Amino acid sequence: MPSKEEIFAKVQAALVDALGVDEEEVTPEATLVGDLGAESIDFLDIVFRLEKTFDIKIPQGDLVPQDILTNAQYVKDGKLTPEGLTALRQRIPFVNLDKFAENPVVQDFPNVMTVGDICRYVEMKLGV
Amino acid sequence: MRWFWIDRFLEFECGRRAKAIKNISLAEEHLQDHFPGYPVMPASLIVEGVAQTGGLLVAQCSDFREKVVLAKISSARFYAEATPGDSLVYTAVIEALQKDGASVRATVHRNEELLAELQLMFAHLNGDFADKMLFKPKTLLFWLRALGTFQVGRLPDGSPLQEPEWMRQAEITTPD
Repeated sequence: MPSKEEIFAKVQAALVDALGVDEEEVTPEATLVGDLGAESIDFLDIVFRLEKTFDIKIPQGDLVPQDILTNAQYVKDGKLTPEGLTALRQRIPFVNLDKFAENPVVQDFPNVMTVGDICRYVEMKLGV
Repeated sequence: MRWFWIDRFLEFECGRRAKAIKNISLAEEHLQDHFPGYPVMPASLIVEGVAQTGGLLVAQCSDFREKVVLAKISSARFYAEATPGDSLVYTAVIEALQKDGASVRATVHRNEELLAELQLMFAHLNGDFADKMLFKPKTLLFWLRALGTFQVGRLPDGSPLQEPEWMRQAEITTPD
């Protein structure tokens, strides 16, 4: 079982390759979209790299819950409803959504996920 | 000129790997300008040929129904120039495939010499593009035939790859 430090190092390497960024930029606090410039196709690239690196299977929507963010039942006037937020928290418990929850504009969601969140997701998958 | 940057498939193992050949001819118009007196096959067009090899391989996984586009060149390293008279062999291998797209690793060889290594991402166009058409089915079928896809194509069980029935039907029913 890899340690948390080993997981971070491997996630960091995957993000350096997928996003063409420098290692120093990939800190636990860095956001994937805002700080590291990830675009939508990069998330699929990241998913593939994590699957290969950690020998895990990442079902669609597990890391990027697009289905919740585009579900009319959960979105009202461009914001997630309380039910939507609950669904989101249940789906991605590895992401700290407290700040996002203050004003849950769906458009802002891509800026929420950080490198640390990805690490926590992997830890969860591996049972670390 | 048609935007065809591979000449023929040499191998086409469905869901796994494809090999295509690109013969570079001095008659290709772009070589007159790239560069005058020193014709070199542009690396960007080699990437395009590799993307066509990998893109068709990925498209076959959905019986050519998904709209597959090159979404990202994750990496491309070139080690030598390709010039008229060269026969390049592009080998594309599917590394991962999901509902949204695929990751493909590829190499370019001139005989035994490794000319380039690439990592490409392909996306399946959906959402806003769901009802858009990249190719008419009969145009795509024409291209696949011209490339010898069905001569060399093999399904995972070793049986020959057949022309998709839905494309054959579209060919019969679509006017020119």
